[in-house]
Amino acid sequence: MRHVYLDHQSATPVLPEVFEAMKPFLSEACGNPSSLHSHGLLARDAIATARSQIAAFLNADSPDEIIFTSDGTESSNLAVKGAAWANRRNGNHIVLSQIEHPAVIASAEFLESRGFASTRVKVNAEGAVDPADILAAITDKTILIAVHHVNHEIGTIEPVRQIGAIARERGIPFYVDADSSAGWLPLDVRDWGASLLSFSPHRFYGPKGVGVLYQNRRTRLAPILHGGAQEDGRRAGVENVAAIVGAGVAAEIARRDLAQRQAHCARLQKRLWDGLREKIPRLKLNGPEPGPNRHPSSLNFSTEFIEGESQLLLCDMHGIAVASGSACVTKSRKSSHVLQAIGLDPALARGNVLMSLGQDNTDEDVDYVLDTFPKVVAQLRSLSPTWSEFEKGIPRPDQGT
Amino acid sequence: MSLAPALYNPTVLDHFLHPRNVGDLSRPDALGHAGESNCGDTMRLSLRIKDGRIIDARFRTFGCGAAIASSSVATELIKGRTLDQARHFSNQEVVAALGGLPPAKIQCSVLAAQALQSALEDYEKKQLATSH
Repeated sequence: MRHVYLDHQSATPVLPEVFEAMKPFLSEACGNPSSLHSHGLLARDAIATARSQIAAFLNADSPDEIIFTSDGTESSNLAVKGAAWANRRNGNHIVLSQIEHPAVIASAEFLESRGFASTRVKVNAEGAVDPADILAAITDKTILIAVHHVNHEIGTIEPVRQIGAIARERGIPFYVDADSSAGWLPLDVRDWGASLLSFSPHRFYGPKGVGVLYQNRRTRLAPILHGGAQEDGRRAGVENVAAIVGAGVAAEIARRDLAQRQAHCARLQKRLWDGLREKIPRLKLNGPEPGPNRHPSSLNFSTEFIEGESQLLLCDMHGIAVASGSACVTKSRKSSHVLQAIGLDPALARGNVLMSLGQDNTDEDVDYVLDTFPKVVAQLRSLSPTWSEFEKGIPRPDQGT
Repeated sequence: MSLAPALYNPTVLDHFLHPRNVGDLSRPDALGHAGESNCGDTMRLSLRIKDGRIIDARFRTFGCGAAIASSSVATELIKGRTLDQARHFSNQEVVAALGGLPPAKIQCSVLAAQALQSALEDYEKKQLATSH
């Protein structure tokens, strides 16, 4: 059986070059970067190299602006809670989009339980934030604006540059969660006016267990992990040296290969979507059409009349690995907050499927999915009460036809 | 390594992949609907009833693997039962016949029991209508 991995928005394979660079730090190069001997120095140097690689990757002014954490979730927690706490004398209000990653939303909720307030800015049906809505949400108490670069589920690219300009003009710190886009789209903290920006390298061919937070040198941040003086006192705890080294190499490779990776995935993404839409009636794309407003590898759609988990199960049995924001898959009994925010019909939210391509996917992979997925859909639709009514031309009450 | 066996036991998988009694009976004696209430799964159940006994059943279900398997095994279980027996049918029987469901999926088995009760109510209504 052919195996086609289409879940690169969840995790990617570690590239051989990344793995090779990490290896010594998983075995003989055991030094603690804080230790004052040659072993410690070797680890310290390796981290400094990674810091420089990541600073270049983000177009940051200085490597000192890079903080290593344990993953994207920790970076988001540090950005939101750390910025709120450090700026609490200036106000208590946070502006964020409705469709931020749960790590950002839950951090804001935690702050709300501790005397802060937030405004969740709405998005349009494609998941795009209107910068004018950000502007309207700002009060004289606003101390942080948080809008992600690209949505983690539906692939919408947000107008971070315009939002950054609004934030800069008012002197409000601006946090960009770039977890979905790092390694797939160009990032530029200076051009965007980002005060804080985070990502996790495991989303673009680096290892798990490391996250990055960019902190502009003029941006104040309070630590959320307390202890030793690692990361210049901004994040206590012994550094995951091997993973940090891997993060640096993954960033360097991304810088080198970005245009190629982007073009390759965007071409397959378009082929896949055109093919699926041609072969399967009643698929609804979530997020913008493949093109300049969409993540080049992510394809999120809803298969009308059937449910997401059953599609995932059958896909997996055919060797195809995909994701879904359906309630049965998210284990929360509620479909994803992103699908709710774009106003998707609940039944369509339950039929949600997320396919995300990677640089190793081939045209043959796309052919296989275009051959297999329509069979999966047909099998499940043959069991569906709403599909049988649709086929017979029985109108559904909510359609009013 | 495959996902399906890690999630569901072989009996559940068999009913999910090869569901029994799929479809709609033409001019059924009873028609039941369930769903919209909890997680959004829906089920349609049609019954053929003769001499106070369910002699045939067909279903269609919108839902996850557990919901489809539960619907399938329920149609097998209820065939041949008297209406009185059917009134006491519960989702526990569905879970038992499937050899168990993951805890988070127990609620999916309620769907079939609800559809059956809905069909029995429909039958009673039709009986009342014809007797008057």
